[in-house]
Amino acid sequence: MIDRRALLRLAAGAGTASLVAACGWDGGNAVRPLLLDVSRFNDWVGEKIFFSKNRLAPEYPVAERTARLPSYFISPSLPMLENPSAWRLQVAGLVREPQALSLEQLHAMPPTSYTVKHHCVEGWSAIATWHGVPVSAIAERCGVLPQARYVRFDSFDSGYSNGWDLASAMHPQTILAYGMNDNPLPPTHGAPLRLYSPTKLGYKMTKYLVSLTFTAERPGGYWEDQGYPWFGGV
Amino acid sequence: MRLTHWLTFVVLVGMILSGLQIYGAYARFGERDGPYYAPNPFQDHGFPTWSRLGGWLAGGLNWHFTLMWPLTLGGLLYLSYLAASGEWRSLLFRPRDIRGAIEMQKYYLRLRKDHPPQGKHNPLQKAAYTFIILLGVLSVLSGFAIYKPTQLSWLTALFGGFQAARYWHFWAVWIFTGFLVVHVLLVFIVDPASLRAMITGWYRGRFPSHD
Repeated sequence: MIDRRALLRLAAGAGTASLVAACGWDGGNAVRPLLLDVSRFNDWVGEKIFFSKNRLAPEYPVAERTARLPSYFISPSLPMLENPSAWRLQVAGLVREPQALSLEQLHAMPPTSYTVKHHCVEGWSAIATWHGVPVSAIAERCGVLPQARYVRFDSFDSGYSNGWDLASAMHPQTILAYGMNDNPLPPTHGAPLRLYSPTKLGYKMTKYLVSLTFTAERPGGYWEDQGYPWFGGV
Repeated sequence: MRLTHWLTFVVLVGMILSGLQIYGAYARFGERDGPYYAPNPFQDHGFPTWSRLGGWLAGGLNWHFTLMWPLTLGGLLYLSYLAASGEWRSLLFRPRDIRGAIEMQKYYLRLRKDHPPQGKHNPLQKAAYTFIILLGVLSVLSGFAIYKPTQLSWLTALFGGFQAARYWHFWAVWIFTGFLVVHVLLVFIVDPASLRAMITGWYRGRFPSHD
């Protein structure tokens, strides 16, 4: 009898599955919360099991760079600063000494460069070189308080933002990039400053940065709030 | 055992449908805007709505990254049961089955009149079931290679890189689909009673060697 019931359940499940497929179903109100709960569990697995603060992404020879990297922003037109010289990166939140850093100040800090593979959530990948300063160096400069667990990155691209776990943000390859492929960062890729890391999917790397805030609460993000995985680690 | 079979079936269908949704976000292989030398008849080809689960990329991802757990755990449960119970002996295709497989093939091609002796499964069945388990392992491993290409870069490199891992993962879908069609056809043509046996556990068909 149990088996017969199992069969009925199975038939109901298969029927639902095909119905679901027919509607291009994203889970509906009944299942979507469950899918998002599993996604939160996967965030935990991504951070605590797969991610290691010491494991570095493989680097590639400069000759293997991809010819063209696509440009993404959410504003209706290319986000540009009206007055670039007035731009400052605000570093705030749970820090001892909040900062307002100019591009010159960032250039004066010890630079990092690497040629790495970019992984987009869509499935494409591309190799490019990035130049900038590690987020960990900024954290050292402003004195992060022990209560800080996350970092929120904000932009001037129509409010696009991301939230990161502190461990990923402090990874040695997580940088604030002001250069790309031996040139200043172009406006199509987030000028004057963007977040970059080969340990995250592209949508986690905030472009057109304006501020960096250390928080105790987990910040949301533009795509993350719409259902994309929050951790977004690769 | 039967439970893991049906669990795998339902979950695998969900994995394939959500996988087709994900594929549509970038329906080709190779580095961005670059060529890819391996053939792909589905290049730049989105799949119809009825074959996609999730509604959009994030929905497809959430289904895929949820169902990956029952698929992997069910697979591990099944493999540990096979190992612990000794039932792997009646399923695993080994070098010594090659001769039997040839005899079986001769029988099917009517080059041999009598059915060769066999245990629970004949050598060709063993080959098919061993192959499909290996395909399952390949799918899960190539899946992890795509999921964490930086953290598991050694695994991704083993598949030939991120894009090659995507390629293997995608082809596994079509081999699974082909297997499913042949598997179901054979059930109905050769031994329909085995379907009831797979559901209820009781076999009352025409092959007495089944238990």
